[in-house]
Amino acid sequence: MKIAVCVKQVPEAQHKRLDPETKRLDRSGEGALNAFDANAIEEALKLKDGGGEGEVVLVSLGPEKAIDALRKGLAMGADRAVLVADDAATGSDLLATSRVLAKALERENADLVLFGQQSADSDGAVLWAAVADRLRRPVVSQAAELSVADGKVRVKRQTEFGYDVIEAPLPAVVAVSDAINEPRYPSLKGIMGAKKKPQETLTAADVGVDASDVGENGSATVVYALGEPPARGDVQKLEDDGSAAEKIVEFLAGKRLV
Amino acid sequence: MTTLVFLEHHEGEFVKNSLGVLGKASSLEGDTHGVVVGSGVKELAARAGAHGASKVFVADDPAVEAPLPQPRVDVLAKLVRDGGYDTVLFGQSVLAADIAAALAARLEAGLNWDLVDLVEQDGKLVGKRPALQDSVYADVGWSSAPRIALFRSGAFDPSETGGEAQIEDVAVELEDFSANATMVEQAHAESEGPSIEDADVIVAGGRGLGGPENFRLAEELAQALGGAVAATRAVVDAGWYPYASQVGQTGKTVSPKLYVALGVSGAIQHKVGMQSSGTIVAINKDANAPIFEFADLGVVGDLHEIVPKLTELVRQRKS
Amino acid sequence: MTKPSDFPPPFSWREAVGPPTDPEDERIEVGVAIVGAGPAGLACAIRLGQLLEASPETAERLGEVPVAVLEKGKQAGSHLLSGAVVNPRSLRTLFKDRKRTDEMPFFGPVPGEAVYFLTRHNAVRIPAPPTMRNHHNFVASLSQLGRWLAEQAEESGATILPETSATKLLVTDGRVRGVRTGDRGRGRGGEELGNFEAGSEITARVTVLCEGTQGHLTGAAVGAFGLEGESPQVWALGVKEVWRVARPLERVIHTMGWPLRAPARYREFGGSFIYPLGADRVTVGMVVGLDYRDAELSVHDLLQELKTHPLVREILAGGERLEWGAKTIPEGGFVALPKRLHAPGVLLCGDGAGLVNVPALKGVHYAIESGRLAAEAAFGAVQRGATPATALGAYDDAVRESFIWKDLQEVRNMRQAFGRGFWMGGALAGVMTATKGHFPPGNARTHPDADQELIATGRASDYPAPDGKLTFDKLSSVFASGNKTRDDQPSHIRIQTRVPAELGRMWERMCPAQVYEVQGGRDGTADVQVTPSNCVQCGAITAKGGRLTPPEGGSGPEYSLT
Repeated sequence: MKIAVCVKQVPEAQHKRLDPETKRLDRSGEGALNAFDANAIEEALKLKDGGGEGEVVLVSLGPEKAIDALRKGLAMGADRAVLVADDAATGSDLLATSRVLAKALERENADLVLFGQQSADSDGAVLWAAVADRLRRPVVSQAAELSVADGKVRVKRQTEFGYDVIEAPLPAVVAVSDAINEPRYPSLKGIMGAKKKPQETLTAADVGVDASDVGENGSATVVYALGEPPARGDVQKLEDDGSAAEKIVEFLAGKRLV
Repeated sequence: MTTLVFLEHHEGEFVKNSLGVLGKASSLEGDTHGVVVGSGVKELAARAGAHGASKVFVADDPAVEAPLPQPRVDVLAKLVRDGGYDTVLFGQSVLAADIAAALAARLEAGLNWDLVDLVEQDGKLVGKRPALQDSVYADVGWSSAPRIALFRSGAFDPSETGGEAQIEDVAVELEDFSANATMVEQAHAESEGPSIEDADVIVAGGRGLGGPENFRLAEELAQALGGAVAATRAVVDAGWYPYASQVGQTGKTVSPKLYVALGVSGAIQHKVGMQSSGTIVAINKDANAPIFEFADLGVVGDLHEIVPKLTELVRQRKS
Repeated sequence: MTKPSDFPPPFSWREAVGPPTDPEDERIEVGVAIVGAGPAGLACAIRLGQLLEASPETAERLGEVPVAVLEKGKQAGSHLLSGAVVNPRSLRTLFKDRKRTDEMPFFGPVPGEAVYFLTRHNAVRIPAPPTMRNHHNFVASLSQLGRWLAEQAEESGATILPETSATKLLVTDGRVRGVRTGDRGRGRGGEELGNFEAGSEITARVTVLCEGTQGHLTGAAVGAFGLEGESPQVWALGVKEVWRVARPLERVIHTMGWPLRAPARYREFGGSFIYPLGADRVTVGMVVGLDYRDAELSVHDLLQELKTHPLVREILAGGERLEWGAKTIPEGGFVALPKRLHAPGVLLCGDGAGLVNVPALKGVHYAIESGRLAAEAAFGAVQRGATPATALGAYDDAVRESFIWKDLQEVRNMRQAFGRGFWMGGALAGVMTATKGHFPPGNARTHPDADQELIATGRASDYPAPDGKLTFDKLSSVFASGNKTRDDQPSHIRIQTRVPAELGRMWERMCPAQVYEVQGGRDGTADVQVTPSNCVQCGAITAKGGRLTPPEGGSGPEYSLT
């Protein structure tokens, strides 16, 4: 079984900032593998370990140095990495990103495509559905449990109302939640071997996407301005004089929380 | 401006977030229509008029009974193309997020998510969204039509405008791949109470509780409020509560509508895990605890006295 | 009166030395294993790469992984912290004919300098002591320099293994064979979690220990091979912050005096530094010898106090704190150096070996030079027909013939002089400089920091309450170090937890990261509660009665600007 995992390099948590010029995330500093993608990689590796054979390939859209983040996935045990690194693709929104990823994934033609729960940079939890639509494949998200048998994937999906059990025939797209597993630590042998595993860096054209269909030109959303969040509102502080419980209930009632 | 709002429903009721978005949409210029997809939902659909829709499309078909995204994309895509809608709005949910993103790809349209407001500004439609753990606010927009948006839970309160909507049936026509995913077993109401990630209300206990046995206070209050119990790193370290309940930098990040912090100091390691909660109430006997700098209501007092009374009052209100 | 050394930690270096236990086919073989991706370790890796490039047959003898660098931090630079004003000579030697100084990640040459003696409200400019003159030197962020050196090391063929701690020195038949790396995925009680990954044994022909201050395996090697120096090692604790500032700082500043107290009975030796990092950033730090006696002394709080001084306040006005960190600096100098810097199969470099010039506040260029010399010795040791013992011994000779030795010898008694208080110490230091270390003759002893008896003076009442803008509390500072250590792992701190309350409270104040908290027992005995996930691995606890051991790889701070 061939499993493709879509991963992303995100800026190091501590120094995340939005560039006031471009109004986009400043990706110039250090980057790391999006923590949520580690769950997806782990799930892919578990499936491969369980099945005995197969291939796990990492697919990503990002700057050239994102190859470092991909190496971490290779160190965990993935077999191959494909990075679409094209300057023209900087500033791609969901639409443009899904366009490129879908093309790169078509090229791979995997049985199962996995995504992590969300991206630690834009906190967007939506990319997989767009990619699945372009690939014309069934999609299931928020997988807290996943199994593959008889050419089908069976997913326990976590929703606001509890857990659904959903099945879909392969090839399929699944986004896993961070509750699904505890990602393995790369072994030393894994880290040492990562460099030698096949790593491809491609341009948008290499995967059949025109430069005008990526980046800001290929996007349909814009960021107009950045600003301070509105103040939380007046902070109220009171000392208990015996009536605190009543005052709290009054406060909550006023906000229609009780 | 012509707006289509996806009206999500569960067990015979509209999901509150959808109604809130509908209300907001109806306050903007132009027509606001809704769409309800499911099986046996005609009666429900009619009620959308009371919340701001002048027209509601109903796709009522056993084929779309299960709350799966892809068939709904087909329904919405056709509606948008046929009806020429320039704006499509969703209230954030697991289902809605999948539909909205796939719809964006299908229509080659822009999607902005995690919005907390939508305004008309200089002739443009501008969405407001928090970013970087709510430390920054961004004004976002679309460079083409249709414009698709996902709104954060609780961004808008539903309103009762008391109108009546015109109902229109639509046929369900699916793409060849849309029905491939099937529901084997659908979720039912949780018997244990919500998990921390999904809870609308969280009661968190910190070292100020004094000991593990006092977590009982947090549990009782949580039960009365219909919420989940969380814990700070300090008490998890001390073994008072399990790691699965830990909220904070090295635990879970939550954003419930209400976060009640009992004996929690509010150090930044904890704060980053809950700062985007809708309303924060803190009870702590240390008047200088950092939590009082960002709690909406801070109470300096003895939680052992306040919490049991509070729990009782909440129970009374609910009954 | 309580002495921290009366309550030694439950730890012995013997735990960190032993034979390999993994089956042979599970061991990982590398050519040269370097522990620590700091300036010493990376310089060693880079020089080895250069030598191997010119000698392909040797490269082949070293196998698939000729040079491996183990780094316990998340990546190279995550655990690196210094001022820093760097003497570029070692880097120039290392990169001779390959890189120019302007290609190195410096923030420019030192623009100018000033030394001040501070009182609570004033700053008196004093002439820079000769040992502190920084003309020709460059300002750098050690963390950034480390990342850059790591890139160079990888380009030269080294394999860097991040998130990998080295917990045990593998020794058989009196010879170091390599190191054992730490386990990952254990729970608080030591139990194996779902993703448990046991450590591996890395065998190498030569092991180079570049662990920095309080090196875990360095301590083990010193114990195992009887390499103790003539005098015990002592340390200072440095706590620093990096700020974005509104106006560029155009000089490198050092201060002495306030908020430290001059009289000998306090033993408060140290000062502060304020360096420009480019046009829009400044780093400010406080360094205090850990032989201080006041149980309420907190270097972190002294740094906060320092920032309220008009001189510093002005520099930081309109700015914003970006990062915070802490690290100990070995201060014993020449007399505390190990007897030898090599033993069978192993070499000792950098801060781990104590190669720091205290009066000049310099150690980075010694680390780099020692790493380079270690590479040459290691290269010699793996040549066909070489006698490893002789080849490794050549490292000691090379260091003794280098400027490292000469510099350290010259200033060997200065730090100890300050045990007599600031004024006396200053006067003696002046004499030593003037005579280039010839006077006074002989070597003044150092005394273990943990042997100092504690006193109480109510010092804490002067610490400013954190305002969240100029001054900060410890927990938010730990956050600003990028520390996201996984909570559910065994504690890596070894201390006795039931101790006199006074000692417990001293640890509370000492630790910049609020790892220790005293429960109950206002007087008498108390229980010390430990929050190991706050630890930024500065090493202060080891100097003052406990012991820091390496936690799970990847734990600790994630410095990038320090």
